[in-house]
Amino acid sequence: MSTLVIKDLHVEIEGKQILKGVNITINTSEIHAIMGPNGTGKSTLASAIMGHPKYEVTQGTIELDGEDVLAMEVDERARAGLFLAMQYPSEISGVTNADFMRSAMNARREEGNEVSLMKFIRELDSKMETLAMDQDMAQRYLNEGFSGGEKKRNEILQMMMIKPTFAVLDEIDSGLDIDALKVVSEGINQMKGENFGCLIITHYQRLLNYITPDHVHVMMQGRVVKSGGPELAHKLEAEGYDWIKAELGIEDETVGQEA
Amino acid sequence: MTVETKLTMTEQDVRSFSASHSEPETFTDLRVQALAAAEALPLPKPDKTKIINWNFTDFPAHTVESSTYASLEELPEQVKSIVDLEQKNLYIQHNNTPAYISLDKNLEQQGVILTDIQTAIREHGELVAKYFMTEAVKAEEHKLTALHAALLNGGVFLYVPKNVVIEKPVQAVFLHDNEEASLFNHALIVADKSSSVTYVENYISTVPTAKGQANIVSEVFAEDNASVTYGAVDVLAEGFTAYVNRRGVAQRDARIEWALGMMNDSNTISDNTTFLIGDNSVGDTKTVVVGRGTQKQNFTTQVIHWGKNSDGQILKHGVMKDSASSIFNGIGKIEHGATKANAEQESRVLMLSPKARGDANPILLIDEDDVTAGHAASVGRVDPVQLYYLMSRGITKQEAERLVIHGFLAPVVNVLPIEGVKKQLTEVIERKVR
Repeated sequence: MSTLVIKDLHVEIEGKQILKGVNITINTSEIHAIMGPNGTGKSTLASAIMGHPKYEVTQGTIELDGEDVLAMEVDERARAGLFLAMQYPSEISGVTNADFMRSAMNARREEGNEVSLMKFIRELDSKMETLAMDQDMAQRYLNEGFSGGEKKRNEILQMMMIKPTFAVLDEIDSGLDIDALKVVSEGINQMKGENFGCLIITHYQRLLNYITPDHVHVMMQGRVVKSGGPELAHKLEAEGYDWIKAELGIEDETVGQEA
Repeated sequence: MTVETKLTMTEQDVRSFSASHSEPETFTDLRVQALAAAEALPLPKPDKTKIINWNFTDFPAHTVESSTYASLEELPEQVKSIVDLEQKNLYIQHNNTPAYISLDKNLEQQGVILTDIQTAIREHGELVAKYFMTEAVKAEEHKLTALHAALLNGGVFLYVPKNVVIEKPVQAVFLHDNEEASLFNHALIVADKSSSVTYVENYISTVPTAKGQANIVSEVFAEDNASVTYGAVDVLAEGFTAYVNRRGVAQRDARIEWALGMMNDSNTISDNTTFLIGDNSVGDTKTVVVGRGTQKQNFTTQVIHWGKNSDGQILKHGVMKDSASSIFNGIGKIEHGATKANAEQESRVLMLSPKARGDANPILLIDEDDVTAGHAASVGRVDPVQLYYLMSRGITKQEAERLVIHGFLAPVVNVLPIEGVKKQLTEVIERKVR
């Protein structure tokens, strides 16, 4: 079993404090969902875990099986087992999707032990079928000219090919129609197992109709303010966030505000 | 300002060189006149690059003798790797010596001509006289074109008759392996009506430095409804002063496509101009460049529209590292009467070090109302967010940068029609950006 421990995490972007002490522990075989209204720091948490250059951790720790994640470069974090499905993936002209994915898979392997082309193609074909993606997307340039939905599927495709230990999915459901939501969920569910842990960031309960989380956390003002089981997500769907705000005495849930 | 230049070659030298190649008298006269003009004419004025102190005129030897090749097996390894050994349509020049020539028998029977330029001047005088420095490039333009005409010492002639479609690419390899050599090469490519050909040219130095001049001119003619695809990979050694002028003239419904990989290690002035003379003609220009060391380069790409409904596309991507500096001038010119013409261009420069310099200047000159035109230009560094994205998949920073740079230069690499040449360009890019 692997464990990702986030303790007292404080993060700034361009001098502005966004996260003010986040604590979450995720084990493999668990699915966690982080919910919360816009502007409460959810995506910042995702970017900080992966090491986005604009986000500065000012306090706290992230450890993966006791290893200091914050001391690692972005690529080292990935090779250690972390993955982030991004909300806004970059477009890279001239680099085909397939070449990129092979490079990413081989980056985890020793020289001379690269994944064979045939095996790679077979696996890519089958995962693309799961995600109902056109075969020609493998030969298109990475995310270039992809629609919003195609980009999201492509993020999940990468996750399925790379097989990380922990995946953070940053609003993977936004902008997806119901059919796309179903195939993306199917992809995520296929990953479930004792060697995989997942942190799903979303502000809609909808996605959680297809993926059942073990733990649900609510973020407000840059902190996790409430945690619970899957029933918490249902209650949020039915009643919104106001009852939590009332319970905790929060007027404005966004990060600029103090409780 | 006029600069007095004493030329290395005298009229007598030029006459005797011409005589030794049994050139017709008209050609000797052309050389002699050009030599006289070269004394007085000014240098060209590439926009934003000062070349007044560049040395375009001195060289240790006008011609050097080099070996010929009886078979492709005798080629040096570096050359062997870029030619397809099954290749039937091939010209190889070894410094100044025509070293190997081969043309598919079927094409020969259909009237296709592929020869070294000296043979063409002797044996195909009429065709050469019609196209050689008459329309696309003129000897009296400036000192360097005049010098070129006077001192021409190599090159290739390709003629494709009416309605002949050449499926396999025709390749010309110019091997430079003698420091003393100077290259005054001329490629003359004529595609007659409704014909089609792909020509791929390689300039390759296998010695690390050069002491001579590279004054290279290509003229491409696509007659009505003809199509010419011109691919080139230039990898000339440091030490040359390179003047490279590649121009094309497209008549009605004709199409000229350029894919130029400009990988010289020498200072280089490049002029790539396409004249869209005929209605519905198309000019498509793709150029990629890598500059390194203290290299200074200027790349001026022009498409000049005369024909109605003509379409001109310019794409230029450059990578600059170390203290290299490059100017990228893109000019789309639409003449009065060229209604419905479309001039598009994109210039992008990627800077890999703080001392590198790059300047992209998109210019549109339009003398007609009923046209469309557009341009995009950017100069910048590798996008840190792109690197973050690639690295977040486990790819190292170095490999991520490599992927971004290759992607950036892919528009030319991908369209080169010969596998070996594609591979070579990829390897040269790899070597230069490392």
